[in-house]
Amino acid sequence: MINDDKSFKKRLARRNMYGSISATFFFVANLIGLLLIAALFLHIINQSMGYVVYVNRVEPETLSERPLEDLSEEELGQLILQNQPARIRVYIRDYLSRVSNDEFAEATVGAILRGREYPPEWGNIPLRDLEHEQQLELLYRNMNQRQMLNLVVENIVQPTAAKSWRLFESLFHSDDIKQQAAEEFPNGDLKFHSWLNWDFLTRSVTSSATTTGLKTALLGSFWIISITAVTALILGVGAAIYLEEYASDNWLNRAIEINIRNLAAVPSVIYGMLGLAVFARALGEITSGAVFGVTDSNGRTVLSAALTLAILILPILIVNAQEALRAVPSSIREGSYGMGATRWQTVSRQVLPAALPGIMTGVILSMSRAIGETAPLLVVGASTFIGIDPNGPFSKFTVVPIQIYEWTNLPDQTFKSVAAAAIIAMLFVLLLLNAIAIILRNRYSRSF
Amino acid sequence: MSVEQQTIGMAMDIPHNQIAIEAKNVSVYYGDYRAVKDVSMVIPRHKITAFIGPSGCGKSTMLRVFNRMNDLIDGARVEGEVIYNGQNLYDHHIDPVEVRRRIGMVFQKPNPFPKSIFDNIAYGPRLLGIRDKQTLNEIVERSLKGAALWEEVKTNLKKSGLALSGGQQQRLCIARTIAIEPDVILMDEPCSALDPIATQRIEELMRELVEHYTIVIVTHNMQQAVRISDYTAFFNIRKITVDHREIRWGELVEFAPTEDVFNSPREQETADYISGRFG
Ligand SMILES: Nc1ncnc2c1ncn2[C@@H]1O[C@H](COP(=O)(O)OP(=O)(O)O)[C@@H](O)[C@H]1O
Ligand SMILES: [Mg+2]
Repeated sequence: MINDDKSFKKRLARRNMYGSISATFFFVANLIGLLLIAALFLHIINQSMGYVVYVNRVEPETLSERPLEDLSEEELGQLILQNQPARIRVYIRDYLSRVSNDEFAEATVGAILRGREYPPEWGNIPLRDLEHEQQLELLYRNMNQRQMLNLVVENIVQPTAAKSWRLFESLFHSDDIKQQAAEEFPNGDLKFHSWLNWDFLTRSVTSSATTTGLKTALLGSFWIISITAVTALILGVGAAIYLEEYASDNWLNRAIEINIRNLAAVPSVIYGMLGLAVFARALGEITSGAVFGVTDSNGRTVLSAALTLAILILPILIVNAQEALRAVPSSIREGSYGMGATRWQTVSRQVLPAALPGIMTGVILSMSRAIGETAPLLVVGASTFIGIDPNGPFSKFTVVPIQIYEWTNLPDQTFKSVAAAAIIAMLFVLLLLNAIAIILRNRYSRSF
Repeated sequence: MSVEQQTIGMAMDIPHNQIAIEAKNVSVYYGDYRAVKDVSMVIPRHKITAFIGPSGCGKSTMLRVFNRMNDLIDGARVEGEVIYNGQNLYDHHIDPVEVRRRIGMVFQKPNPFPKSIFDNIAYGPRLLGIRDKQTLNEIVERSLKGAALWEEVKTNLKKSGLALSGGQQQRLCIARTIAIEPDVILMDEPCSALDPIATQRIEELMRELVEHYTIVIVTHNMQQAVRISDYTAFFNIRKITVDHREIRWGELVEFAPTEDVFNSPREQETADYISGRFG
């Protein structure tokens, strides 16, 4: 009986029990998620700082009486000349050359240093025919003191992290570590080091864990994301406006819409293949900058990567922008048309402003997806090691996640710490973007 | 001119120059569905014409015929002619944007734009290309006064239109409409979302506005039609069953001066509807 008091009570107890079982289950699911995230963060932070013992190959005191930082460009140059005269040409090739490595051996000073500073009378002489002193002059004429200092420290002093310890070991076993370091590396310099620091963020990438930096990858990510954002925003919002405000409801437009939704589910590496075929190869003349007079690159540039990522996030962006446009109540459109507005006036003065916060939220969220993408960029041709910071759409590039992957793959264990520092930097950028998206959404979400 | 058309115009003795809009044999389709069939009527100039009838009989549909708002609905189609200023509004060379600039509309649910009061009213003039601040100021003041809202908002024109009360919002929408000085104002149940006091204010306002504008109002409230309108059009739903499928459409049953419709309806249907609702 439905009103039977006894069976009702019994059932009620059962019903409540089911309720609390599922509540517990949901709580545990949340707890597991939280624990995993906490474990991830602890793991990364644990790797990103701790004791490091540095050993110099050559002690700076043996090179000069004054600290290296105080030496002038010429004085630093003299140190290179005394210690590594034959390598000056290599440095010119790595840091200044305008020609490819194949051409370098035979190239003249004028070709190698096109647009840079050199005595005009050397222009037609092959670089290798110059004396070391003359080569040195070319080097420090084109480099500032900080760059010269980096050369000396990296190549002559060569401080290397001989051994590094994790954060928790460093905190809880610091005495053991100090003792061990003193025994194994009597000349070593034991320091507590946070691998994530300002210098790390502002230094270009090098091949040594102690001197490498994230700037090259950060710049690459920055350039790519900026171009991606602008391209995807214009194309995506344009397409969404067309589909929502202009397209009539016929089979063609419906087919387009279904296709866009399906494209959002295509694995990203496939977009990489598309980008390689279309942007890097077929449109190579444009993406390499050849038509704009840039000569020293092929199609595997920042621009190709950015366009690939733009195509990748475009479907998500369009669908999201469509939803934002659809959320603008039709009463506003009717009101505007009823006032004698044209379609474009209605879209540009009413619908777009009302939908903009929603659209921007979607843009920012898809940006944070694009920042983390690795696979398609590897296919398009991210450089595994580049010595020059990207400085525009036609540069070779690497991006932060690829750089992290490279570092974790190196045999030198110290690079694990470098990678951890880069991961923290990237997570910070992602959290920042998501925070902005949330603020935008809450701030401007209107009630009509 | 169809025979029926002449009878409606002449039976009511509306001189030709007192006719603002004339609909001739208008049918409206949503896709294959004919929502309104064969309506012929006139909208008298500087009068309030009320549309009454049961839900779904096509009052709103017919109202939107007059400023081509049905164009915005995918699949909607209008047959017949709507003559305004000697031109058929549905001629292919007529731009609906121009129609709506002359024949304004106030909607059932107040729909101010999510902008300031000032910008709401300046919206129409700006669409027409008026940029001069002084001119806009004058228009805003005149329109708000015209809609009896000026005294309540004059100190705070920067406030969002959405922050006003329902009745104020609806008067803002009326002010926004008269800012572009239309000829005709169409109102689709403008008071249905308002309380009685706000309703009364709008009704008073309509009596003032009719000095300068031709007004057509859809209302489900018959006392309202009696109180404010000069002419009343009664629409009703027709049904037939073909092959076990019911086909429905709306038709104009009676169109006459309001007094006549309510006191001495010509059609039995009208009498039934009015007594059913009134009595
Ligand atoms: N946008 C539309 N699409 C399809 N059918 C519609 C649409 N608007 C109204 N109708 C139909 O047209 C008929 C008349 O509607 P409407 O004009 O809104 O009636 P009323 O305003 O008298 O209540 C109704 O049957 C309604 O379902
Ligand atoms: Mg209606």
